[in-house]
Amino acid sequence: MKLLGCMMSSIPGVRPGSLLLVLLLAALSHCVAASEAPSFEQALGALATSNFKQKERAAGELVGVRHANTRAVLDALLEGNLYYRKADKRVFIAVTQEAGLELRDALTLQSAGTADAADFSKITTNNQLRKTLRSALASFDLTDPDAQVRLGAVNEMLRSLDADSVSILRARERDEKDESVRQAIRTGLAIADLNHEDAARRLSAVEQLKGSLNPEVFNRLTALVSTSDDGSYTEPDAKVRSAARAALAGIENSRSFYSMLETLFFGLSLGSVLVLAAIGLAITFGVMGVINMAHGELMMLGAYTTYVVQLIMPQHIGASVLVAIPVAFVVAGGVGVLIERGVVRFLYGRPLETLLATFGVSLVLQQIVRDIFTANNRPVETPSWMSGSLQINEAFSITYNRLYVVLFMLIVFVILQWVLKKTSLGLKVRAVAQNRAMAKSMGVRTEWVDALTFGLGSGIAGVAGVALSQLTNVGPNLGQAYIIDSFMVVVFGGVGNLWGTLIGGMSLGVVNQFLEPHAGAVLAKILVLIALILFIQRRPRGLFPQLGRAAEG
Amino acid sequence: MHNKFGKLRGLGKLAVAVALMAASAAHAADTIKVGVLHSLSGTMAISETTLKDTVLMLIEEQNKRGGVLGKKLEPVVVDPASNWPLFAEKAEQLLVKDKVSVVFGCWTSVSRKSVLPVFEKNNGLLFYPVQYEGEESSKNVFYTGAAPNQQAIPAVDYLMNDVGVKRWVLAGTDYVYPRTTNKILEAYLKSKGVKDEDIMINYTPFGHSNWQRIVADIKKFGSAGKKTGVVSTINGDANVPFYKELGNQKISAEDIPVVAFSVGEEELSGIDTKPLVGHLAAWNYFMSVDTPENAGFIKKWRAFIKNDKRVTNDPMEAHVIGFNMWVKAVEKANSTEVNKVIDAMVGIEVPNLTGGVARMLPNHHLTKPVLIGEVRADGQFDTVWQTEGLVPGDAWSDFLPGSKDIEADWVSLKCGNYNTKTKKCSGQNYE
Amino acid sequence: MQTSASSNLWTRLIAGERGTQVFLALLLTVGVAVPILHLAFPEGSSLHLSTYTVTLIGKYMTYALLAIAVDLVWGYCGILSLGHAAFFALGGYAMGMYLMRQIGTRGVYGDLVLPDFMVFLNWKELPWFWYGFDMFWFAAVMVVIVPGLLALAFGWLAFRSRVTGVYLSIITQALTYALMLAFFRNDMGFGGNNGLTDFKEIVGADINASGTRVALFLASALALALGYLACRYITLSRAGRVVQAIRDAESRTRFIGYRVESYKLWVFAFSAVLAGIAGALYVPQVGIINPSEFQPINSIEVVIWVAVGGRGTLYGAVAGAVLVNYAKTYFTAALPELWLYALGTMFVIVTLFLPRGVVGLADRLTPRQRVEQAVTA
Repeated sequence: MKLLGCMMSSIPGVRPGSLLLVLLLAALSHCVAASEAPSFEQALGALATSNFKQKERAAGELVGVRHANTRAVLDALLEGNLYYRKADKRVFIAVTQEAGLELRDALTLQSAGTADAADFSKITTNNQLRKTLRSALASFDLTDPDAQVRLGAVNEMLRSLDADSVSILRARERDEKDESVRQAIRTGLAIADLNHEDAARRLSAVEQLKGSLNPEVFNRLTALVSTSDDGSYTEPDAKVRSAARAALAGIENSRSFYSMLETLFFGLSLGSVLVLAAIGLAITFGVMGVINMAHGELMMLGAYTTYVVQLIMPQHIGASVLVAIPVAFVVAGGVGVLIERGVVRFLYGRPLETLLATFGVSLVLQQIVRDIFTANNRPVETPSWMSGSLQINEAFSITYNRLYVVLFMLIVFVILQWVLKKTSLGLKVRAVAQNRAMAKSMGVRTEWVDALTFGLGSGIAGVAGVALSQLTNVGPNLGQAYIIDSFMVVVFGGVGNLWGTLIGGMSLGVVNQFLEPHAGAVLAKILVLIALILFIQRRPRGLFPQLGRAAEG
Repeated sequence: MHNKFGKLRGLGKLAVAVALMAASAAHAADTIKVGVLHSLSGTMAISETTLKDTVLMLIEEQNKRGGVLGKKLEPVVVDPASNWPLFAEKAEQLLVKDKVSVVFGCWTSVSRKSVLPVFEKNNGLLFYPVQYEGEESSKNVFYTGAAPNQQAIPAVDYLMNDVGVKRWVLAGTDYVYPRTTNKILEAYLKSKGVKDEDIMINYTPFGHSNWQRIVADIKKFGSAGKKTGVVSTINGDANVPFYKELGNQKISAEDIPVVAFSVGEEELSGIDTKPLVGHLAAWNYFMSVDTPENAGFIKKWRAFIKNDKRVTNDPMEAHVIGFNMWVKAVEKANSTEVNKVIDAMVGIEVPNLTGGVARMLPNHHLTKPVLIGEVRADGQFDTVWQTEGLVPGDAWSDFLPGSKDIEADWVSLKCGNYNTKTKKCSGQNYE
Repeated sequence: MQTSASSNLWTRLIAGERGTQVFLALLLTVGVAVPILHLAFPEGSSLHLSTYTVTLIGKYMTYALLAIAVDLVWGYCGILSLGHAAFFALGGYAMGMYLMRQIGTRGVYGDLVLPDFMVFLNWKELPWFWYGFDMFWFAAVMVVIVPGLLALAFGWLAFRSRVTGVYLSIITQALTYALMLAFFRNDMGFGGNNGLTDFKEIVGADINASGTRVALFLASALALALGYLACRYITLSRAGRVVQAIRDAESRTRFIGYRVESYKLWVFAFSAVLAGIAGALYVPQVGIINPSEFQPINSIEVVIWVAVGGRGTLYGAVAGAVLVNYAKTYFTAALPELWLYALGTMFVIVTLFLPRGVVGLADRLTPRQRVEQAVTA
């Protein structure tokens, strides 16, 4: 077997699948190079090509020779930092600098000065090559002192399990001290054991895998109980079959439980986006009775603010989003105050007119943004702490960006409630909303309160824009996509009631996500819209209607 | 009463004045008018403005060389504003009022469909530069973008043979291009022995942004133990959230590669490319292709647009090829008369920017190289695969039951829609 | 008796108001002059009007009819509908379906019954809702019935539960938005994003022939004139007075004993029918109908035509529709990047400073008119 691996590594044209096998085998079996096996230098030289098959072969050979620099070279290749000189095909590890390429000789890892990039050609990789490289590098990592790295390496190897990686893992199991890594290795070995010729071994493997949510386990178990074309079972032993069935039923159960949790989370996160988009509107519309059609554009301003903040602090993308939140609040709030002073204040008590005028404002804002930033979408980077997902188990994970949006929405909601209920501004806002004339006669500067309230609602829209910049495109049309949804949420929840907005938005999100698997994305949305229209016919004032005199307005 | 008649007389004058204005455009000077029909406002402006600039650059350059047939070219730019009925209106304006000799324009299929009757009725000449769903061949249109067999099928071949994909997700935006492409691909995959349960088809609306559910489904679909690939005909704005979600749900290009047909350099320049790195795109042109023609083109473009960061993309190359072909055809025909130019067009050859020669085929499509590229972090593509030679564009797919017997040939058959079984020319009937 | 009644009608509808007179005179002039200039003068003559221009003016007339429909509900009944483009589009689709069926074997795939896009999606037979559209009379009836019924159903639900003001505006917007999403779906069977296009003939005549274009132009002009007079008749009738009372004080009108809901409902439905007819005339002239006609922004734009022209006058709506659309044609050709600034500023200025639109402005500039207005108002 080992010998075969050494031989195969020099056979031209091996399939990519078997190449992994070759690489792994070569890496761990210490097979001494046969006479035709190339040296490190030769293998390195062979990388200088544009042919991917040849590159794969060369990479395999590099692993095979296990030279001290193999790791560094492969890492550089994976990262796209490996170049060759066009003139003599000599391979270098290089980093792009202002002055050109800063070189290190790949053979010796010695610095080789800086050179013009035009004389060099990058050794590119493709997906298969990178995958193969990663698996090969994983085998290096199996002995890493850090347990976390070892776990990653094992999981990397589980992605493409075959006889050889199994033997490597089996060898490793004995030496492994860390419990979680051992567990991962055992799962891998048990999966392999499902094909063992001994029925007892298979049975115990099934038993061992009973609770596992690893998709590979599910696939292998399903294969065990399925029949082949002639009606015979792939698994000859009835006991193993029934054990596998029981295990599968258990797995199915927890899978469907987790998939329901997943849908619920999807719904809550969609709902959070809706609430964030709508909550500013709930203030301007609900409290002030102003239909602000430019609300979406204020969100757009918030998103562009994030972009600008990132331009200003390109070195601190992680913090930029946090910095953008207050900045966006100020920018959008400021624009909101301008809109209020310039347009809306002439139109109090005429909500339909505010609708038309602010719609005009929204068009102007869109065009301003187009003129400043062009019509193209702008790239807003996602900080690393917001990308990826929180893996709860193998069937259920929560993406960080959505999780943070849910949390962010809750924070915004709480702060807003606090402002409205506990501060003197909030008191005045509510007073003006309930009875303008009375408030005025009590000495409240209603004009000033109007401007601040509108600014507050607009500022919240800007903050929502920061969140949206992490979820969707930042472009001049960003606002339009949300405006109808936001209005529906506010109306559904009940105008003038923040709790209504919260519950309305969340329930719309959840209903939408539970419908989507059955109806598809569009139909789900249409159904929700129709349901909303009908609901508003039944209860024109929404879920939580405002009571009393103010409701008649 | 007197007053009213005065008004009426004034109106008569106004009507005459309007008529005069309309008619005055008819007397063209000794220039050749070139119509540019690309949206400069509205949702499509993002993509189409670039094409307008490309045509203007080509015209300027041609005029520096002395124009065509000794006459200067004069661009007539109109803005159909991403509004499909307006496309037809502006096309009619170009053909009837401005009397242009040729039009370069349209991006979306629906805009092309909207102007098609106008071009056929007024016998105009349209160069359409975008990859599209096929199923069309008009006498008056030259399709310089890719037909499905010049983009989709080679891409699937690559995934199947070189990447080893066994399970397929066909994800697209719900409009005619993805629908047709996916129909063709589904038939093609089945002809290659792929089973029903290994194909998942999904459509989403324009600008879809909530991809959690669909990406989770793709992940589940891809965990069935067979190598899975996604063929994406997702349009424009919906792409960024889609790739972001893929990245966040930890689906890497190495596990489940996504090959896209609508994601090019221009689109990538507006987004954070991190989640896309390693994913694939199939085009007939990449800016990163290292040929002297391409380097020259990029240089000229950046000088013209006065921005040395601007990227080039596939539809731009299509306009370059189309424009150069038109110039050659006009010179060959020694006339800008539409019928003569149409006859002269077939067989014209001009170099591609990526190497090889594009030839206009009798079905009004081109021969093109097909390139597969992987997205790099800088928004460019690494070409990872390329067809051996050039692929001739096929107007009617061989994999759709409705159109496999249909052929287009404007030279021998004089028909864009000839049924080889019934021996009948249907669709547009030309005398 | 007969004559006095009809002359009475004449006096009431036309003689009493200058704006109406000017509008009808203008419409008559254009309606006569355009076909003459197009047909009587040969191409190349300086007086010749091209088919392009004829169609363009025809299109403006359908817009004007749509504007009148919106003015009727908004200007006279106080219902700010942000979904009228939906009725317009539905009428357009009904006409488009007829035109699609007329293509017959001339389609790309040569199928006698199925439109091209259905062949293309592998549909085997015509969906039930396409039945009957091969007959013009059926399509013509549908042009009226579909928008009318939708408006009746929607209005019945909304007005009965007293959804008013901005709430109504928002749900009308949601209605057109939902319809847009639905029509974008290819599975709906209306051609998805591409919509219906590539029409060949209408009632046996080549749709692209200049004679047909003139006929469509005349039909649009006639529809506009009749629609205008019908709306004017309604607004002057007893019921019309009640409708205006509802606009000004809904609760009070209800307390007096009028069934506010029924009045609103019928005005709303009639307005939707007018919008549907406008759409049906629009489609054969522009040659395409697709779901973007349902876009909420389209409906809002119609409202702004009316606001710019001056609501509650009908002729103001016409003036606004022509004015804004002409400005749009001009701006998108000359200064595309300024169009949104112009449109946006127009919204703001009109709502802030010109509550009665440009016709209101014109009235203010002619003092005699002001007196008349004060008397009739």
